[in-house]
Amino acid sequence: MRAEDWQLLWFSARMAALGTCLMLPIGLGLAWCLARPRWRGKAVVETLVSLPLVLPPVVTGLLLLRLFSRRGPLGHWLYQGLGWEVVFTWRAVVLALAVMSLPLFVRAARAALEEVNPLFEQLARTLGAGEWRVLLTITLPLARRGILAGTMLAFGRALGEFGATMVVAGNIPGQTTTLPVAIYSSIELGLDSRAWALAGLSAGLAFLAIWASERLARRPRA
Amino acid sequence: MQDRLLASFVKRFDGAAVIEARGLELGAAPEVTVLFGPSGCGKTTVLRCLAGLQQPDSGTIRLGDELWFDSAGGYILPPRKRRVGFVPQDYALFPHLSVEENIGYGLHGLPAAESRARVAEAMRWLGLEGLARRWPAALSGGQQQRVALARALVTRPRLLLLDEPLSALDAPARVRVRNELRAMLRRMSIPTLLVTHDRADALTLGDTLWVMHRGKLLQRGPAPEVFSRPVDTDAAAIVGTETVQPGRLVRVTDGLATVAVGPATLTALAVDLEGAAEAVYVCIRAEEVILVKGPVVPTSARNCLAGSVRSLAAEGAMVRVHLDCGFPLAALMTRQACEEMSLGQGDAVSALIKAPHIHLVQR
Repeated sequence: MRAEDWQLLWFSARMAALGTCLMLPIGLGLAWCLARPRWRGKAVVETLVSLPLVLPPVVTGLLLLRLFSRRGPLGHWLYQGLGWEVVFTWRAVVLALAVMSLPLFVRAARAALEEVNPLFEQLARTLGAGEWRVLLTITLPLARRGILAGTMLAFGRALGEFGATMVVAGNIPGQTTTLPVAIYSSIELGLDSRAWALAGLSAGLAFLAIWASERLARRPRA
Repeated sequence: MQDRLLASFVKRFDGAAVIEARGLELGAAPEVTVLFGPSGCGKTTVLRCLAGLQQPDSGTIRLGDELWFDSAGGYILPPRKRRVGFVPQDYALFPHLSVEENIGYGLHGLPAAESRARVAEAMRWLGLEGLARRWPAALSGGQQQRVALARALVTRPRLLLLDEPLSALDAPARVRVRNELRAMLRRMSIPTLLVTHDRADALTLGDTLWVMHRGKLLQRGPAPEVFSRPVDTDAAAIVGTETVQPGRLVRVTDGLATVAVGPATLTALAVDLEGAAEAVYVCIRAEEVILVKGPVVPTSARNCLAGSVRSLAAEGAMVRVHLDCGFPLAALMTRQACEEMSLGQGDAVSALIKAPHIHLVQR
């Protein structure tokens, strides 16, 4: 392992963590909405959220590229308003990872929220709690294991993301190259031993993330 | 002057079930009102509508001069503004909060010192000292019930709703907790509606009883009266045809209790009488009373009461006989038996009742 490999690992982990953090509030909001009983347009939102799970990642990347390029509808606004260049920078990496890890998280978090016995929430209301307090003190704490498990799963997914990242962030060593992208270019360049070393690293990280997620999901509630 | 609860509403369900609570009224505290009926008759739905957790389809609910629900005006007061103490059937203690945090949940917004003081007071009052840091899962059924009660009471609710408060307890604990709960409800003096399908719960805890059957309120009255004199066969089928008479426990020896009822003295099995006061209800099911016309030979039945027939009423294949044995006693027999004995009004009879068939319940 060379110094630049460690740097690559550190960069990838940081990007995955940032992507997960960006995704969390949105994912939690979506999961909460989807856990509520019937409302108009629920099926549409449900489908849209899960789309990145089955769409070729390259297509998701393409869509993001279109939306966030300097002349895209969102990218234009970010560039004018905040001076943020997104495409082909580390920001694009975070964005791609966030979008790609969203469906897995929403699925896990939604299941956890649906499992919370509504009687606890109703009881909190009879004790004078408003909706926010019910959410923060009853619903989320009771669903915390599932939410944490979903977060670990999302982080794991972000670490392994390749297709969308490649399209929207490219492969700029030291700037946008993540672990999977580096493995791909090592193979391309015939650097077999480096590819294998990075693959091992990648597998180790994935193993840790899934293991943590499974443990959190399985442990019975206190 | 206390606020009185008045509710009259209808709730429909998809499966065509209809719950009608028309003219439901609660007595002034410390009177406890009991909603009595078999499982699935809609008792819990009534409680949930009162607490605001479910909305009736039509009708009104008001407490004193405050409107809680009015279908005509489209008005719904949200549950958090009703100040109702709701204790659900399995207590629903928040599993992620300690006993102390559970009890204090409804005191959010009060100064910390006052909130602590109120929680401590409630815990002392309900005998929960030393359990403050425990998790609900580590408590016994009786303790969980008291924590749930404390959580409902610290907020000083204007109405207390108890759903089958004793059904989660095993038999020995049940009797003890029932007596404790009765004492607590008397002391608290909050208008209370209690749901149960257990006759002993209803008699011990309740003052006024509403009988509910298939979503309808059938009868209202003082608990012993409703049990002794159901208005119709539906009500009779639910409460069980039963004689309920106030009695006085004279003594308990060798597992047998001697009870005075009016001028008569009865022998009953002394079960569930641990720490019982003198005042009891004596309950005798009509179908367990055997009538003998003419001289009585010695039998194994411990109770043999001389009496006379006051009236007879046919109930399908059965005949209900009302007797005067120094206290009113009902007996249920087949029509055939009645004809063979050629039983008529004014006849002198003896009523035989085995000791285990006389049930004593705390008054």
